[in-house]
Amino acid sequence: MSVDAPTKVIPPAREITTKPRVSDQIFRGIVSTFSFSALVILALIALFLFIQGFSALKAQGFNFITSFEWNVFVDESGKEVASFGLQAMLVGTVVISIIALIIAVPLAVLTALYLTFYAPTRIKNILVTVIDLMAAFPSILYGLWGYFVLMPMAIYWAQLVNKWLGWIYIFDVPEPIFSRSPFIAGIVLSVMIIPIVTSVSREVFSQTPLERVQAAYALGATKWGMIRAVVLPFGANGVVGGSMLGLGRAFGETVAVFSVLNIVYRTNFQVLYTQGGNVASHIIQRFGEAGATEMSALIAAGLVLFLLTLIVNFFANAVVTKTVKSGR
Amino acid sequence: MSTSTVKPTKPWAATPRDRAMMATSVGLAALSTFLIVAGTPLKGKLAYFFVFFIAWLAIDSFFVFSKAGIKGVRNGLAEKLTFLGALIVMMAVASILWSVISRGMAGLNFAYFTETMRNASIFDPIGMGGIAHAIVGTLLLIAISIIISVPMGILTALYLTEIKGKASKFIEFLIQAMAGVPSVVAGLFIYAAIILNTPLRPSAFLGGLALTILMVPTVTRTAQEVLNLVPQDLREAGLAMGATQWKTVALVVVPAARSGLITAVILGVARIAGETAPLLFTVGTFDAFNFNPFVGQNSALPVIVWGGLNGGAAESIQRAWSAILVLLIVVLIIFTAARIFSKRAMKK
Repeated sequence: MSVDAPTKVIPPAREITTKPRVSDQIFRGIVSTFSFSALVILALIALFLFIQGFSALKAQGFNFITSFEWNVFVDESGKEVASFGLQAMLVGTVVISIIALIIAVPLAVLTALYLTFYAPTRIKNILVTVIDLMAAFPSILYGLWGYFVLMPMAIYWAQLVNKWLGWIYIFDVPEPIFSRSPFIAGIVLSVMIIPIVTSVSREVFSQTPLERVQAAYALGATKWGMIRAVVLPFGANGVVGGSMLGLGRAFGETVAVFSVLNIVYRTNFQVLYTQGGNVASHIIQRFGEAGATEMSALIAAGLVLFLLTLIVNFFANAVVTKTVKSGR
Repeated sequence: MSTSTVKPTKPWAATPRDRAMMATSVGLAALSTFLIVAGTPLKGKLAYFFVFFIAWLAIDSFFVFSKAGIKGVRNGLAEKLTFLGALIVMMAVASILWSVISRGMAGLNFAYFTETMRNASIFDPIGMGGIAHAIVGTLLLIAISIIISVPMGILTALYLTEIKGKASKFIEFLIQAMAGVPSVVAGLFIYAAIILNTPLRPSAFLGGLALTILMVPTVTRTAQEVLNLVPQDLREAGLAMGATQWKTVALVVVPAARSGLITAVILGVARIAGETAPLLFTVGTFDAFNFNPFVGQNSALPVIVWGGLNGGAAESIQRAWSAILVLLIVVLIIFTAARIFSKRAMKK
């Protein structure tokens, strides 16, 4: 029995290469190009704010940060005299944001602990949804609420604080007007940043290594004992990072602060008194009536604000990322 | 041989004695609250609430101490305080929602949704004029922002999840930095870069550009999260079938993540729908319909609220509350849609 020997057809050797196809090259090219849009946008923001703010920065020099006068006028000889210093508003920004943090961080941490360790599942789901929703509220809504609903109550609280702690300088007031104060703006901002601080804290707390939690329980710890010995030391950095993210948010807040605060260009540490301001609301306030010289100064103020939030956010994100990773 | 079945017991459940103690402590706390508030110049519902809570904590701690000692007291206090924290946050939210609904309803009527402010001023009695033009303006702004920022955001997310290039870490960092850009800076940037340098004047298009800066980070981060949720097996299956990476992404990964990507877009819209500050620089105000996004100032819901609030008269403030109610309802609808889509994405 013989079978015809099959004719051997040797296919040409297949070319094996790691070189991507043309379609893939195009795909990768487009995606990679677009991925740099964030870089381009951030660079453009810094560039254009610098270009337009340059004349003011050059004229004022370092005084732009340290001086606390903001006025421009035409003197007798018809020359324009301008002196712009952002110090009063920078101080105002920091004062309001710190008040907001002092109120928001304890509440947010307590809420995060409740959500992570105490709340029954159903309540937890509802609360998480509500807090996410809170983050989506328009900032002008907080402004409106702060002015019409919160302010009447907050004035009363401010009077109480002033009555009992008025001997401390920051709680003293030159005259008893308590409306539209940094204190009230701080409360409004605190409500605005509670969602972000809560959600970051919650995420960090939930990353607590389970074996450490169980070890604490096995050693006979109560729930609070476990939280104090394991969760809080582990999550402390994350809470700090979350608070800094909230701080970045508070630094840049505009319309809510503008609505509830009596914006007066003066360095003011007396938080209960009706004057204050922050950089963002100052820009909004002066924008409408600013001439070319002042416009440049306002844009330079925007640049300062931009860099400030960039730095705060940078540290915040570094801290949060590090903490979340250390739990995995 | 007798067998005994063990009856399930719940030793941790509250005994009648515990319940009695609970009732006693609440009663005592209420009583002492009443006495304290009556005896001191404190006033208001919040004062009642806090005094009651503190009194209850103190009295209840006493009972707990007799049962479980100092450790039990600390444990109980921690639980109650965390609950108090969550309760205060919820009270603030409830207060915001309640004030918007109760105050906003009064200004709503049919004309409010169909008319513009062309023949009315914000100081006219309620019933004259409406916000139809602002609704159109807001829709235009949202549409423009979506058109620009969705390709940017999703392609950046694809770079971070599919290509995983060398620059991934850096770009992730930049996106985080961009998420922190204050909204007022975004508006000021468009003003400084475009309005001061080119003949373009404030319009819906420029407003959309400013909002894009705020929207891209949200879209990117959410899209990145959902793309990371797509199982690696799917990608490998696509490649093993001989598809190129482009085909795998277009025909396998993106369809698998579709619901999640829609969520990303919706969350981005929720982020920008209520932004006010950038619009003041880039969109201006207008009292009638303007369907042309490139020419002429326009209006938007947040700007209406802003104008009404700064108007200062009772009518203008009423208009502000009504407009914020409409805006809040829009945000709620967007938010609910995002929830529905993200649930669908999770199920897969």
